[in-house]
Amino acid sequence: MRAVITVIGKDMVGILAKVSAICAEHEVNVLEVTQSILQDMFAMIMMVDIEKSNVPFGQFADELTALGETLGLSIHTMHEDIFNSMHQI
Amino acid sequence: MLNARDILETITMIQEENLDIRTITMGISLLDCCDSDIDTVCRRIYEKITTRAAHLVEVGEQIEKEYGIPIINKRISVTPIAIILAACEKKEPLKIAKTLEKAALTCGVNFIGGYSALVQKGFAAGDRELIESIPEALACTDHVCASVNIGSTKSGINMDAVAEMGRIVRRSAELTADRDCIGPAKLVVFCNAPEDNPFMAGAFHGVGEPDCVINVGVSGPGVVRAALAKAGDCDLTAVADLIKRTAFKITRMGQLVAKEASRRLGVPFGIVDLSLAPTPAVGDSVAYILEEMGLECCGAHGTTAALALLNDAVKKGGVMASSHVGGLSGAFIPVTEDAGMIHAARTGCLRIEKLEAMTAVCSVGLDMINIPGDTPAEIISAIIADEAAIGMINNKATAVRVIPAIGKQVGEELSFGGLLGSGPVMPVNTASPARLIHRGGRIPAPLQALRN
Repeated sequence: MRAVITVIGKDMVGILAKVSAICAEHEVNVLEVTQSILQDMFAMIMMVDIEKSNVPFGQFADELTALGETLGLSIHTMHEDIFNSMHQI
Repeated sequence: MLNARDILETITMIQEENLDIRTITMGISLLDCCDSDIDTVCRRIYEKITTRAAHLVEVGEQIEKEYGIPIINKRISVTPIAIILAACEKKEPLKIAKTLEKAALTCGVNFIGGYSALVQKGFAAGDRELIESIPEALACTDHVCASVNIGSTKSGINMDAVAEMGRIVRRSAELTADRDCIGPAKLVVFCNAPEDNPFMAGAFHGVGEPDCVINVGVSGPGVVRAALAKAGDCDLTAVADLIKRTAFKITRMGQLVAKEASRRLGVPFGIVDLSLAPTPAVGDSVAYILEEMGLECCGAHGTTAALALLNDAVKKGGVMASSHVGGLSGAFIPVTEDAGMIHAARTGCLRIEKLEAMTAVCSVGLDMINIPGDTPAEIISAIIADEAAIGMINNKATAVRVIPAIGKQVGEELSFGGLLGSGPVMPVNTASPARLIHRGGRIPAPLQALRN
């Protein structure tokens, strides 16, 4: 099972490191990372494998959301199926 | 492979444009709860609902979290209670209403629908007792929703039931006058009621349905409005195409959630309702879509045409996105639940006569409309009869959910809170239809019924 983590907000040093640290802590493997600047905002999208994660998905998502709040960023962690079903026929 | 633009589009839809799943509704058959003893019936109903729906809210919340998509309501619909009541020696429907309320509280759902009777051709055992008890049932419960089907294309319109429902709607308002007349906000009078509708207050679990089923209703007026705003001044063919594309995406999400909920609960997937359901939140309004299409205010001439385009495009876009489509499927126009409609009603641009015309081209009917508290029952019945006639002739579901604002006049407001919203009391035509209503009898089924 794969999930998509999106980080949107003001660019700053160490975003990737902090998000990756939480992934590593929970045995979540990062498969792919893309970044872009969207209307002056930093947008990072990570595809991760949560198959071997050592915590329930909800808790993992909550931790990332909490990290986002402390950094003033908006972080969403969602199952990849929602994007697949919406954008692919 | 997914690209960044698609991912960010989905996130924007959810975060900024109020995209959500309006409801996961579990339909539960209560046919096997029948007994001649009312207390046995109540016990069986409570056990069946709380067993079947034990994990409904929990699974809904899990899916919400994993997919990052808000699921606003978790609801239950049951077999029309009048059918269950028919077998009871003592016809005491209020006991069942209180049982449903208790079961809803135990399961943690937002609403439970099915305190209903189907009387389009006449009254069977249990029907009159159930209808008679509706005002009190709605006054003594918070989660129970009632509906009565008084007509259909196949059967015509039962005008005796129409006359009765005018009185029942008024009585429901009177009994809850101290709570902004919330009673009739939980009561729908239908023509051609669908058996698999996930939306309240009109949801019930039809007798042709399986024992237990999951139906999902989607939402997303904000997403459609935002897409139109970005498109700018394109022609109406392009508008229709854009709405179709957006509706496809919204519905795919509904289909995903429905299948996932069905899998996790071990209950068959029924239908996705291709709906465009507003909420009182600004930015989640069907009226604002119509205004984005080019109307100064919802209710202006042109509103019916714009709504017809919208409704048709929502269905065309949605139908390919789901394997089973059903329920009410179409755009909803509940006045107090839609910020744009509330505004249009306050300014007087949107009137009941225009809303009635709009119901001929969209989902359902006169919905969540506050009318003056001194409106006689006969006028409410006549409003119901007009709406039922539109449904009967056009082979579509129509409904009436009007709220007589007891003690209030045109321009004053009622506020129900939550998804039910708030809104002004709207004027109604006061010329009397009493003689028509008191004639009673049945309006025969129209030629449209003879399709074989």
